[in-house]
Amino acid sequence: MPSSEVTEARGRPEEIKAVPVRRPGRWIAAAIVLVVAVALVRSAATDPHFEWSVVGEYLFDPRVLAGLRVTLELTVIAMAIGIVLGVVLAVMRLSPNPLVSGGSWLYIWFFRGTPVLVQLLFWYNIAALYPKIGLGIPFGPSFVHPNANALIRPFTAAVLGLGLNEGAYMAEIVRAGMISVDEGQTDAARSLGMRRMQTLYRIVLPQAMRVIIPPTGNETISMLKTSSLASVIAVGELLYAVQNIYSTNFKTIPLLLVASIWYLVCTSILYVGQYYLERYYGRGSSRALPLTPLQRIRAGLFSPRREWS
Amino acid sequence: MLQAESVYKRFGRQEVLKGITLEVAAGEVMCLLGPSGSGKSTFLRCINHLEKIDAGRLMVGGELVGYRQVGDRLHELPESEVARERSEIGMVFQHFNLFPHMTALENVTCAPIHVKREPREAARERASALLEQVGLGDKLDSYPSQLSGGQQQRVAIARSLAMKPKLMLFDEPTSALDPELVGDVLAVMQQLARDGMTMIVVTHEIGFARGVANTVVFMDGGVVVEAGNPADVLENPREARTQEFLSKVL
Repeated sequence: MPSSEVTEARGRPEEIKAVPVRRPGRWIAAAIVLVVAVALVRSAATDPHFEWSVVGEYLFDPRVLAGLRVTLELTVIAMAIGIVLGVVLAVMRLSPNPLVSGGSWLYIWFFRGTPVLVQLLFWYNIAALYPKIGLGIPFGPSFVHPNANALIRPFTAAVLGLGLNEGAYMAEIVRAGMISVDEGQTDAARSLGMRRMQTLYRIVLPQAMRVIIPPTGNETISMLKTSSLASVIAVGELLYAVQNIYSTNFKTIPLLLVASIWYLVCTSILYVGQYYLERYYGRGSSRALPLTPLQRIRAGLFSPRREWS
Repeated sequence: MLQAESVYKRFGRQEVLKGITLEVAAGEVMCLLGPSGSGKSTFLRCINHLEKIDAGRLMVGGELVGYRQVGDRLHELPESEVARERSEIGMVFQHFNLFPHMTALENVTCAPIHVKREPREAARERASALLEQVGLGDKLDSYPSQLSGGQQQRVAIARSLAMKPKLMLFDEPTSALDPELVGDVLAVMQQLARDGMTMIVVTHEIGFARGVANTVVFMDGGVVVEAGNPADVLENPREARTQEFLSKVL
């Protein structure tokens, strides 16, 4: 073509080195943010009411660490219940049987429609509703019937309350993942002779994972914090532990800071975990993966040009 | 191999198939032509019970599709039986529908291993042979996203063949391909026909229909307008509707 020949004849023009546009608004905004940040840090560092020495004193207190352990246990168990329940409910929801899908709908409607704090209190007081819990044939004889009060201890009540509530949210997340998978996949699987359940766990669910993982990470982070509600029903988790301590020594603010620091540490770890998990399940998608923070720092150190965004 | 007797199918109020009667003998290739919306694809999906028919009879290899006849009443087959019937009918889709989370080889071995319970090693050996046969012997470990459309469609054909089907259904297998990739897929299908596979092909490739088909069927508006051998239907169509359609696509 003649036009390309012309370009070649002239050779490659020199790189553009333009003078960047002045952005005074950015500088003003940055200055305001800086002033606020300095003021906050100064107040935190110099105001004696923060009592950082007390914070340091209690940060690794065995009672606090025990509470932290209970918080982590609650989070892990409740999330496990939530995920398993969520998959089951999502599969039920997509069932052709209207009673099965209706049951799932009803469950989700109830558990998403009532506050989790109310649900926790319900489970805590379940003995008032069902004094005896029996295991046996429906409407028939029961074989074991332990006392509800003995069976549902505060920790069990918290696990049930948080887990069953989480199941309703996870169900919607899993369902969204499943319907994001192209219907042609189901057609192909069935035309090969796979049954409905086989199609589900061999073809649909693995592909749904990419959509399911990110919000599940969010839910886990959220659960870590929501588990503090269990302090209301006397479960010895992190918040309950610090409340116990400051109710005797009245160092309320420093001890709440202790709890906050631990929550921040845990959520930060989860953030990092979620980030890498997403990267893992993002493989094979057409878009290029973003750099990890480590790669970004390395690139920033060794590249001559810095970019503002 | 296939007997269809006044097959009716409707979606909601829309009647898509209005009495299709067709027959395909074993080893024959039938091409279905027709404008979009004429019911070709729906008919194909009825043959392996991906869609239920509302009236009429569909038989594959002498077996009713999706039902069992007891006296003069039809009983729905349980899921496992429907699945078995489907596993004997291969289907190739317009958009390939390969499983994106599996390699080419895993796509082909998946159904033999998990549906037919074949031993892993044997299934893998046969799958690589099949992929070799469709010209993809060097792509066993590639994921679908790393393959061109034509290559994906050939993996899809191999995936269906791995179940040793007695009948193969092709739903516009080349419509989503770049023109230069169509030839490879058609060549594989042509070889398959030569090897004696019974095939029903919905296609717009008139050349393929002329060269490979034993019967060409022209459908429009949910009915069979004209059927016969390719020379008659394609060169000297009797019906005005067929003439009009062919004059547009040729």
